[in-house]
Amino acid sequence: MAKIFSKNESPLVPMPSEAYIPQRDLNKTPVLECRRLGINFGGLVAVDDFNLIIGRTEIAGLIGPNGAGKTTVFNLLTKVYQPTKGTILLNGQDTHDMNTVQVCKAGIARTFQNIRLFNNLSVEDNVKLGMHNSIQYGMVRGIFRLPSYWRQEKSAHERAMELLSIFNMEDMANTKAGSLPYGAQRRLEIVRALATNPCLLLLDEPAAGMNPSETAELMENIVKIRDTFQIAILLIEHDMNLVMNICEGICVLNFGRIIAKGSPEDIQANPAVIEAYLGKKKEA
Amino acid sequence: MTVKRISKNTRTTFITYGFVAAAFAVLQVLNSSGDLSPLLSGMLIPICAWVVMAISLNLTVGILGELSLGHAGFMSVGAFMGTTAAIALQRSVESAPLRLAIAIVVGAVFAAIVGFLIGIPVLRLNGDYLAIVTLAFGEIIKSIFTNLYVGIDERGFHMSLLKDRTDLLPGGKLIIAGPMGIGGVERISTFIAGFVLIMICLIVIFNLVNSRAGRAIMALRDNRIAAESVGISVTKYKMMAFVTSAAMAGGAGALFALNYSTVVANKFDFNNSILVLVFVVLGGLGNMLGSIIAAAALTILPEALRQFADYRMLVYAIVLILVMLGTNNPQIKNAFATCFDWLKGVFRKQSAKVSGERKEV
Repeated sequence: MAKIFSKNESPLVPMPSEAYIPQRDLNKTPVLECRRLGINFGGLVAVDDFNLIIGRTEIAGLIGPNGAGKTTVFNLLTKVYQPTKGTILLNGQDTHDMNTVQVCKAGIARTFQNIRLFNNLSVEDNVKLGMHNSIQYGMVRGIFRLPSYWRQEKSAHERAMELLSIFNMEDMANTKAGSLPYGAQRRLEIVRALATNPCLLLLDEPAAGMNPSETAELMENIVKIRDTFQIAILLIEHDMNLVMNICEGICVLNFGRIIAKGSPEDIQANPAVIEAYLGKKKEA
Repeated sequence: MTVKRISKNTRTTFITYGFVAAAFAVLQVLNSSGDLSPLLSGMLIPICAWVVMAISLNLTVGILGELSLGHAGFMSVGAFMGTTAAIALQRSVESAPLRLAIAIVVGAVFAAIVGFLIGIPVLRLNGDYLAIVTLAFGEIIKSIFTNLYVGIDERGFHMSLLKDRTDLLPGGKLIIAGPMGIGGVERISTFIAGFVLIMICLIVIFNLVNSRAGRAIMALRDNRIAAESVGISVTKYKMMAFVTSAAMAGGAGALFALNYSTVVANKFDFNNSILVLVFVVLGGLGNMLGSIIAAAALTILPEALRQFADYRMLVYAIVLILVMLGTNNPQIKNAFATCFDWLKGVFRKQSAKVSGERKEV
């Protein structure tokens, strides 16, 4: 039976190494803490014994070979799947009884591996949808266009433009999201996620399909986002250049289990990681 | 706001309002001067009712993105409840337009309640499953009204199912008489009321679409998973769209019913649900003006084809097939687009000329 451990029931395990939490975040509650997180699909153990702590303003990386369970971890964090084991603490608060919508309100925003934009809506509307929960007026006020409608729509418009300006996308505001070029769609997804005002941003392969110069720009922007909004970012990425350059802590996943954690230097030197990516050396 | 800032959406909205108002003005003038053929002038109110049905279903199908096949069910709820209200208020409310307005509101409210109740189980489903369940509910509503008896006397309303057990006091009146439906209805619907109802529905839909709730509804249509990930509650907004759509259908039902002297449940069967869906698909999903034109054209068409006598429905079907093929044919679409561009070009040249002349002066 699927059983969700409550905080008290779950046996306290030796805390996962905190060595890679940036020094500046050590004294604050971590934005995210996963304890022995796991999920089974029938008999298949997709993720097991997943422990992770992310600092307030950390850029963390989640890497691993295809099918390792990286996106599953994202789906667990955002409650697309309910974990069958373990606890997720978001800002110290247990999320086991939350659904996707509540998790979003609590401060986790995400992007998707296969882009999921609202294709028939304009770029601006996509961003405004990200702000859905910070805009207050209800349906009736919207239909009768009471003053609060105009006021809030105006401030939403200004905020949307401000967010779009991070990626210099203001002049695309009236374009349909579906007709944007691929790179711009990826960037728009990040802007939409930022619009939800998160404290933790999950990026699922943000650099997929980008050329080296676009990736370099993206790297700058990710750091810029962290610096301006002072939020934590957890990203899944196959581009090692990006991961090794901007991530402060990296977590390597293989077959649903963590095989290594640490700073980029530790990970690059870790024999288990090299084995997972390149295979084992044959015994002569 | 400068002209430049007006977005494409706003323009479409005003074109639609303008079109409906202009069509109303022309028809009203022709009708009052007696230049309209008796056939067409008798069709005006049903056309209004079907137009409202089409735009209300377009809210469910085009904007929410869920196929509903039971829309005639909501129309019948509106028709029966609205007519009942109109009959019950016959003595207390003297003015016919006011009674009509109350009837439409009552019809809309009851349809909204039924829409809400049906929505609870239905909106848990998606796509084809949802469509089939709405179809079933449409049929259920129809059979309830075929077996419903409602009467009124000094003690208030009485209701029974299957058999007439209302036990009315002398002087009481049986309003809904089971399979016989409602008879002897005073025909109080007017073309003006129809126009007002259309405009109200259009304003509600356009304002909804451009507001927070409407964006959320369209987001659900475009990508449900992404919508949830930005914190949009799926059930809430699906329900909002579904209930609004049901309420409009109820209003249309009341308007439609009060144009005839009898109301029977069989008038609102599955065929009508499909017919409304045809209006929506033909007019274009999410395209309100298209729905309006399609609804009006396809309501008139069967009457206009009376000269074909026995072959009327055959010709109707053939016309429908041709129109569907035509509107889906890229070459024909391109031809239309070229025409529009050419027209735009002509206008631009003229306006350029005019402004040029002004400058010279």
